[in-house]
Amino acid sequence: MLSRVAERIYWIARYIERAENSARLVNAYTHQMLDLPSGVEPGWRQLVDIIGDAPAFDEHYLSYDEHNTVSFLVADDFSPSSILTSVSMARENMRTTRELLPTEAWHHCNELYLQVRNHAHEGIPRRGRHAFLKDVIFRCQQLTGLLAGTMSHDTAYDLMRLGRNLERADMTTRIIDSAIFILMPRQREPGQYDNLLWINVLKSSSGDQMYRQHVRSRVEGAAVVKFLLQDRYFPRSVARAVAEVEFSIHHLPRNEAPLLCILELRERVLMATVDDMSLEDMHSHIDKLQLAFNLVHNEIFRTWFQRHHPAPPTRTTGMAHA
Amino acid sequence: MSIDWTRYDARGFYDEMIASPGQPRALAQDMVKHLQELSSEEIRARQQAAEAAIVKMGITFTVYSEGGNIDRAWPFDIIPRIIAAKEWANTAAGLRQRVQALNLFIGDLYGEQRIVRDGVFPAELLANSSNFRRECIGIRPRHGVWAHICGSDLVRDDQGTFYVLEDNLRVPSGVSYMLENRVLTKQVFGELFTDYSIQPLADYPNHLFDMLASIAPSLDMFPEIVVMTPGIYNSAYFEHSFLAQQMGVELVEGSDLVVGEDDCVYMSTIDGLQRVDVIYRRIDDLFLDPEVFNKDSTLGVPGLMRAWRKGNVGLANAPGAGVADDKVVYAFVPKIIKYYLDEDPIIPNVPTYVCLDKGERDYVLNNLDKLVVKPANESGGYGMLIGPTAGKRELEEFARLIKADPRNYIAQPMLKLSTVPTMCGDRIEPRHVDLRPFVLHGEKMYVTPGGLTRVALRKGSTVVNSSQGGGSKDTWIINPEAA
Repeated sequence: MLSRVAERIYWIARYIERAENSARLVNAYTHQMLDLPSGVEPGWRQLVDIIGDAPAFDEHYLSYDEHNTVSFLVADDFSPSSILTSVSMARENMRTTRELLPTEAWHHCNELYLQVRNHAHEGIPRRGRHAFLKDVIFRCQQLTGLLAGTMSHDTAYDLMRLGRNLERADMTTRIIDSAIFILMPRQREPGQYDNLLWINVLKSSSGDQMYRQHVRSRVEGAAVVKFLLQDRYFPRSVARAVAEVEFSIHHLPRNEAPLLCILELRERVLMATVDDMSLEDMHSHIDKLQLAFNLVHNEIFRTWFQRHHPAPPTRTTGMAHA
Repeated sequence: MSIDWTRYDARGFYDEMIASPGQPRALAQDMVKHLQELSSEEIRARQQAAEAAIVKMGITFTVYSEGGNIDRAWPFDIIPRIIAAKEWANTAAGLRQRVQALNLFIGDLYGEQRIVRDGVFPAELLANSSNFRRECIGIRPRHGVWAHICGSDLVRDDQGTFYVLEDNLRVPSGVSYMLENRVLTKQVFGELFTDYSIQPLADYPNHLFDMLASIAPSLDMFPEIVVMTPGIYNSAYFEHSFLAQQMGVELVEGSDLVVGEDDCVYMSTIDGLQRVDVIYRRIDDLFLDPEVFNKDSTLGVPGLMRAWRKGNVGLANAPGAGVADDKVVYAFVPKIIKYYLDEDPIIPNVPTYVCLDKGERDYVLNNLDKLVVKPANESGGYGMLIGPTAGKRELEEFARLIKADPRNYIAQPMLKLSTVPTMCGDRIEPRHVDLRPFVLHGEKMYVTPGGLTRVALRKGSTVVNSSQGGGSKDTWIINPEAA
C-alpha cells in the first residue's frame, strides 16, 4: 500500500474518533457546569485548554464565554479540532481513498458531514446542544461499526484501528483532565459535588454501567481515573486503546520502532500507581501520557507514512494535533 | 405513443441510422423496429434509469471555471450508434497505419531527422513546435514506440466517409467513459443485444496492462505498473482512478515517487521503497520532472527524465510524443504515411490549410466566414472559430490572431458532420457526432472496436466536448452474421 494512501486511511479513523470524542467532551463539560451551583463553577476557558488550541481561539475571540468556547469545539471551521473540522477532514480523506473502502462507508461519512455542516449551529445554545452531540456520537459509532462489519480486516483496517485507538486514548485522557481541571482549585474544600462530577466523566465515556459492573465500588475519584486509564476490558480506557494500537502495529510490516514505542507506553500506562496520586500528579501524569501518544504517532509517521521528498501540505492531510 | 420515424429528418446531413424519413438503413432495421415497439414513456423511463445509474456509480467529470471545480454527472444518450464490422475493419487498419507512421515520425524527429533533410517536413515547423522536446533527442524507447496510447478523433461527412479530424498523442482521455457507456447500455437496454452480435469492449484494461507491461525495462514476469495522476482536482481524475482500479495497479501522485541514486524510480509504500517499472502518466510533459522541465512543478518527480533516458523506467506516452499531436503537423500526416510506409492513407484527412504558408493563409483570411479555424495546440474545443456562425467582431479578432502568429493556426472547411438519432426530451432527433477510438501500441498493436462517440446535444451544434454541452453514446461494431 502506498504511504500516502495509508496515511489518509489512518487519518480518516482519527478524525472520526476525534469528532465523537469532542462531542463527548463538550457534553460532559456542559453537564458538569449544570450540576455545579452557581458561584463555584470554573470558567468555560478550561474546555479550550483541555483541547490545547488556545492560540487558535485567541485569534478569533476576545472572551471565553460559553457561546464562544462551545462554538469553537463544535461548529467553527477555523478551529483545528471542532466537530465540523474533524468530520470534513475525515470526509476529504475518505473521498480520495474511496476505491479502498466500502461504498456505504463513504455514503455514511458524507451524510455525517452534511448533517454537521447543516446543523452545527443548533448545537451551540444549551437548548439544542445535547440532542446535536448525541446525534454526532451515534453517527460516528455507526460509521465505526459499519467499517468493522463490512471491511476486510486487512492492512487498511489495521491502519484504521491504529488511528482510532490512538486518538481515543488521547481523548480519554483529555476527558479525565476536564474533571481534574475543575477539582484542582477546590481541593481544600472537598465538596458534595465531587462525586457527581466523576459520574459525569464516566457517563461521557459511556462508562458508568461498565464501571459499576467491573469496579464494584462506589464512584470516587481515584477509582474512576484508574478505571479510565488502566482497565483492560473497557473499550474507551487508555490501557485497552493502547492494547488495540499494539495489536494493530503487530500486523503491519517493518514495525520494530513503533512496537518498541508502544510497549514503552503500555508500561507507563499500566505501572502508574494512580491511587497514591494527588490531583497535580494525575494532571502531570496525563500530560506525560499525551506527549507519549505524540511520540507513538511520530514513530508511525516515520515508519509508514513518510515519503522521500514530502509534498507541500495539502488540505487533505491536516494534522491538527500531531 | 411510439416513435414516428417518418417525421425524423436529418435535413441533408448523412444520418447513420435513417437513410431518409421512415427508411432505416439495412444495418439499423432491427434497432429501429425495436425502438418502434416501445412507447415514449418506456423510452423515457430507460433514459431516466441510465441517468440514475450514472449518479449511483459516480461517473463524473470535472468542469473548470464555474466558481470552483464541480463534479458533474456524465451526460449519456441511451440510443446506441451502430457501425458495420466490415467498414470498421478498414477504419481500424487505417488507424494502425496512422499510429505506426506517427511513431516512426516522432522517432525520426528525435533521431536523424531524415524527413526534414529530405525536405518532406519543413524545418521551420519543427523549430517553432512548442511540443518538440530537445531533452528527448537521441533516445530510443523500447520497440521504438513513443505514442503508446492514441486517441484520434474521426468524423463522417455528408457522404458517410470517415475522416480523421485530429490526433491526440499526449494524454488522450475518454476511454473509461467508453467502457462505462457499454455497461450502462447493457443495464438499461439489455434486450437490444439479442438482435445483434456486438464486438465486446470490456477487455480494454487487459490490453492496456499488457501494452504497459511490454515497455517495462526488463522482461520481468510481474512488472510494477502504476497510473500517475495530477490529483483529485484534475478533470479526468475519475478516469485515472477507474483505470488503476480496473488494471489492479496503484494510482500514484508525483509525491509518492522518488528517483534513487541508482537512477531507478521507487514508490513509497508501507513496506518501504518499491521499484516501479512502468508509469502510465496522465500529466503533461512539462510537469513530469522539475529538474528538466517546469521547475515549479510539484506534480512531477525530480530525476524522472534521467531514469527514463537510462532505460530504467517505461513512460507511456513517452515525453516528447506530443510533437506529432499538433494541428499543423496533422496537415502533413498523409505525406508522413507515404514517406515512412510508402502507402496511401487508408483514412483521409480533412482538407487543411496551414496558415504558415503564405498562399494558404491568404485563402484562409479571404474565406474566414466559411472555415473552421483552430489553434495548433489547444484541446477540448477551446480557442476555435466556427466561421459560418461567427459574428463580425469574432472574425476580425481571428484575422488579427492569424496574422500575428500564423504558425499557430490551421483552417478547415466546415464539415457537414453525420448525425445519429438521439433522445431530446420526449422526442428522438438527429444530432451530430464524432468518434474517438483508442489505439494501443507497445510490442503489439490494438484498436478498440468502436470507441467513444460524443454527441453535440444542442440542435445544430457540432461542438461535442463534454466541457461544452456534449454528451456521449455507446458505440456498437456489428458483426455481419447477425446484421
